Amino acid sequence: MSMTTGDKSRKGRIRIENVEKVYDPEGVNVHAVTKCSADIQAGEIAMVVGPSGCGKTTLLNAIAGFDNATGGAIYLDDQKISGPDVNTAPGPDRMVVFQGGALFPWKTVMENITYGPVMQGRLTRDDAVSQARTLMANVGLRTDIEDLYPEKLSSGMRRQVEIIRALINDPKVLLLDEPFRALDNIAKSLMHEYLLEIYEMTHKTIFFITHDLEEAVFLADRIYVMTTRPGTFRAVIDVDIPRPRNFRVLATQKFAEIKDRVSEEVEEETMKAFEAGERELA
Amino acid sequence: MAAALEASEVVFNKVGKMTVFKKRQTVILKDCSFKCERQKLTVLIGPSGCGKTTIINLIAGYERPDLGEVLIDGKKVPGPDWERLVVFQETALFPWLTCYENVMFGPLARQVMSEETAHNLALGLLRKVGLEGFHDKHPSQLSGGMQRRAELARALINQPKVMLMDEPFRGLDAMTRKLMQEYYLKLFEENNATHVFVTSEVDEAIFLADNLMVMTNRPSRVKKEIQVDLERPRDWSIATSKRYLEIKAEALELLHEEALEASKSSEKVDIDLSGFSQAS
Repeated sequence: MSMTTGDKSRKGRIRIENVEKVYDPEGVNVHAVTKCSADIQAGEIAMVVGPSGCGKTTLLNAIAGFDNATGGAIYLDDQKISGPDVNTAPGPDRMVVFQGGALFPWKTVMENITYGPVMQGRLTRDDAVSQARTLMANVGLRTDIEDLYPEKLSSGMRRQVEIIRALINDPKVLLLDEPFRALDNIAKSLMHEYLLEIYEMTHKTIFFITHDLEEAVFLADRIYVMTTRPGTFRAVIDVDIPRPRNFRVLATQKFAEIKDRVSEEVEEETMKAFEAGERELA
Repeated sequence: MAAALEASEVVFNKVGKMTVFKKRQTVILKDCSFKCERQKLTVLIGPSGCGKTTIINLIAGYERPDLGEVLIDGKKVPGPDWERLVVFQETALFPWLTCYENVMFGPLARQVMSEETAHNLALGLLRKVGLEGFHDKHPSQLSGGMQRRAELARALINQPKVMLMDEPFRGLDAMTRKLMQEYYLKLFEENNATHVFVTSEVDEAIFLADNLMVMTNRPSRVKKEIQVDLERPRDWSIATSKRYLEIKAEALELLHEEALEASKSSEKVDIDLSGFSQAS
């Protein structure tokens, strides 16, 4: 399993080309995403922000293969993974970490981590366990937790296990949908450090949805700001803060300025959403 | 002398507080000492569970210290009282009363002023918090931010000597939260009470505070007091100023230290960073 650093040939480029997504439950057209385009480089951390209900999760679901785009196309490297003519399906090359947490409560940490590869017949149980242990050691995760059930772990710890569970499949892309939302600021900042450590080791493409603008700027290579529904990208903001980054970056002038810029863009869209009756304001 | 009448000084003197839950004893506060100056905005910041709510409860008089003293103007806190009012995280508006009726409730119940006086105060406060035109709405008809504002009005009409705010803006989205902070600051700057505000958000803490107390993990005490010498009136443009960023850097350093400590000694199995490079 490759965990190489700075591997420039590492794949994982996501091309989103004029994606449309219309939900049509019982004939009511819900146009969630429209003319949405982006070119996310291999190994990029792409943070996606925007008002609630604007289509971010819809886009993530399309990239993940849970739900097909109804127009346009999404490519993962050379492969078309979403679009009207595509038989879309999720796969181990695009792993998702959800907001609510998706560890099986009736399985131990080790069982959770090894479930995917074993179920899919890609690894024997022994090989999977061995790889899991290596992976856990590599990212500095405590080794004494493998036989514990999720309820014995703190929320932050559970998130760490979920990320390992995603990583063991050696995906090209890690998709995260507000995974740290429920954590308090302090636990969140520890999770950010954890994620960045993993990123430094693996350089996987990361597509991360959040409402927390500090989180967005702290983690991002680029921030993609989505408009209110139907969602499209209204701005792509470069975060040219050098890596590796630690929490001290949060108190720098540059950070504050970028965060301001992002806030302005998001606030404008939030106001539009409010005026369109999408949400209540203050 | 007018200040002494309108605002109290709060002093924590080597306070200790412990709770017992299912036969398990937890020490929440230990040797906790600090002072909230009259008419100033003191902000307490620290991780969840570090005792910030306990401190609010002790000042409000809902709880008593096990060790040490909590003094209001030199005297021990007798019990809950209109002089020290709390705005909680969850809404505490009476759902069966309108916005206006909620705000009027305190003065009418206490019968300390004429209904006309109370009425005028209520109207004034509701206007100040931007709820003009919403007087007849019930809490369920108001958005989250509006409910918070109604609660501010409901507390302030009683002219307490200490206003206690327990993470009142938690759970609001970023934009609403910023608006609320600006509303609240305006009220504080016009109001003469002593304010004590609890939060786990660094930017919020610095934006609001005259004095910032960074708390340790449990058993908690004040790790460091930081004077936030930024000029008032403030708005969010200060967030890019040099002094603001200096204070933020210091606060983050202190909180990060506590976060690492906490993760080592957590009761539930918690994040382990021993394998990480802790950049200097």
